[in-house]
Amino acid sequence: MTDITLQGGAPAEAAPASRSRIGRIVRRHPMMVAGGVILVGMAIVAAAAPLLAPHDPIELNVVDRLRPPDEDYLLGTDAYGRDMLSRMLYGARVSLIVGLAVAGLATVLGLLIGVIAGYYRLADAILMRIMDGLMAIPGILLAIALMALTRASIEVVILAITIPEVPRVVRLVRAVVLSIREQTYVQAAVAIGTRFPRLMRKHILPNTVAPLVVQATYIFAHAVLVEAYLSFLGVGTPPEIPSWGNIIAEGRLYVQIAFWQVLFPGLALALMVLSINVLGDGLRDMFDPKLSRRS
Amino acid sequence: MWAYVIRRVLAIIPVMATVAVVVFLILHLNPDDPAAIIAGDDASTAHIENIRRQLGLDRPVYVQFFDWVLRLIGGDLGASIFLDRPVLQLILERVEPTLALAISTTIFSVCLALPLGVLAAWKAGTWIDQTIMALAVLAFSFPVFLIGYGLVQGLALELDLLPVQGFVSLSEDPVEFLAHLVMPTIALGLVYTALLARMTRSTVLEILNEDYIRTARAKGLANGRVLIIHALKNAAVPIVTTIGVGIALLIGGVVVTESVFAIPGIGRLTIDAVLHRDYPVIQGVILTVSGFYVLINLVIDLTYTVLDPRIRY
Repeated sequence: MTDITLQGGAPAEAAPASRSRIGRIVRRHPMMVAGGVILVGMAIVAAAAPLLAPHDPIELNVVDRLRPPDEDYLLGTDAYGRDMLSRMLYGARVSLIVGLAVAGLATVLGLLIGVIAGYYRLADAILMRIMDGLMAIPGILLAIALMALTRASIEVVILAITIPEVPRVVRLVRAVVLSIREQTYVQAAVAIGTRFPRLMRKHILPNTVAPLVVQATYIFAHAVLVEAYLSFLGVGTPPEIPSWGNIIAEGRLYVQIAFWQVLFPGLALALMVLSINVLGDGLRDMFDPKLSRRS
Repeated sequence: MWAYVIRRVLAIIPVMATVAVVVFLILHLNPDDPAAIIAGDDASTAHIENIRRQLGLDRPVYVQFFDWVLRLIGGDLGASIFLDRPVLQLILERVEPTLALAISTTIFSVCLALPLGVLAAWKAGTWIDQTIMALAVLAFSFPVFLIGYGLVQGLALELDLLPVQGFVSLSEDPVEFLAHLVMPTIALGLVYTALLARMTRSTVLEILNEDYIRTARAKGLANGRVLIIHALKNAAVPIVTTIGVGIALLIGGVVVTESVFAIPGIGRLTIDAVLHRDYPVIQGVILTVSGFYVLINLVIDLTYTVLDPRIRY
């Protein structure tokens, strides 16, 4: 596959620069682009949920309870007669908001702590011990325990999922900072009196961006899954908010007579996580051509 | 070697100390009054006061911390507020299903992932590799409950081959024990298999590009011999490390899987504890599970020093 696309890239040079570049990415990483397109599509649908939802996602309608998929209710109804499709459209918002917030928050926190740890020896010893300790606690278990801290809300869910993700980002950033510090050009920059903020902006950040973006994508995927797991277990997003995990948690009671309540949100979840993971793999290969050429 | 072993063993002390602090803070960083939360929404002031005294929350925080740590070192994890029984006892009662599921999943995943990962690396770039890796991403993205309910529907309800849910102790009935483990193991194991297969592939692929592999091939050794003797031997250490580190992921998955298959294990205990705000149980479970995880990785690290003479720190 790689050989063909590499040769195919040559004639495209004639086209305008931006278009040929996009075309090249599409041809070299078709899966990554597919993942990205699906993800963006899901985001648009989620954003437009109030416009697209055929029914109210919360209003109870006991007459129509547990209706199988038909023309009125494309994906059936739940035990309270609520339209599954509408609830799932709103549920996509929760997944995306939590996933993006966790990815962003974990990346920023990890970058901050990682740079400090990589740069200041004393802080390094203390911070890395804390990170080792956090990594010794299985992530979902820590998130579950953090959910016991206070009344459940989306914010608490985001925080509970973020904290176990931070150590991995810290390790990544710290490793990059440590290796960059040893580079001759950085030592030269330090020698001529470059101050820390400039060093950070000119040397450290540019070198961390690529691995961080890949890591953030994987965190995004994992956070979407963990949010659903926490809600499924009854310790995540408050039950009155329609999230995919909550829909499945309610639907599991009727799974044998109304499979659609578990199957459809489960498939939506799998599709979202899959598209993010594929996007992450593509980004990794794109940033690390050594890997992609070998595979 | 002994200096390394001792250093490696001592290194778990700061890790477990941090875990203890984190676990302690879970209760004490609480923005609300923990005693009031435990007591519930419509508890009387006297009842709240009672709980506060019972948990020792009326003392200074540092006194509480050292008192708690001292009791931990003595093996006392405290008592459940809701069930009014020692936490250690509760954990021991629930440990068998969880341990059984974790072990069976590890065996299942390792047996499936190693051959697939090696095959993918050996056939890198071919359709075999691409198929295996596509399946891995797919398995990695599928939520445990979707696979779980799918298996229940197919294997248990329609084909009636396996029990739908629950757990039977090994000492009670070994056949039923295994029968009840099959579906949870597959549901949980596919995710873990995907992780291991990807890791195995990249490790083996890296080694296959080494000079000594080229040398071995150049001098005319058979492909199989190069793969097994030269490549796999060297891939063992990183692969086993991944298995060890992956146990954290596995434990997280166990909690969800137990819930899908109504298995009364540590996961159920934890969820019930969170729902009842039973902090001593939450703390005890996290400490025990983390301690277990740290110990396994310690054992794995120490095994290397015995198996691999190059590792000398």
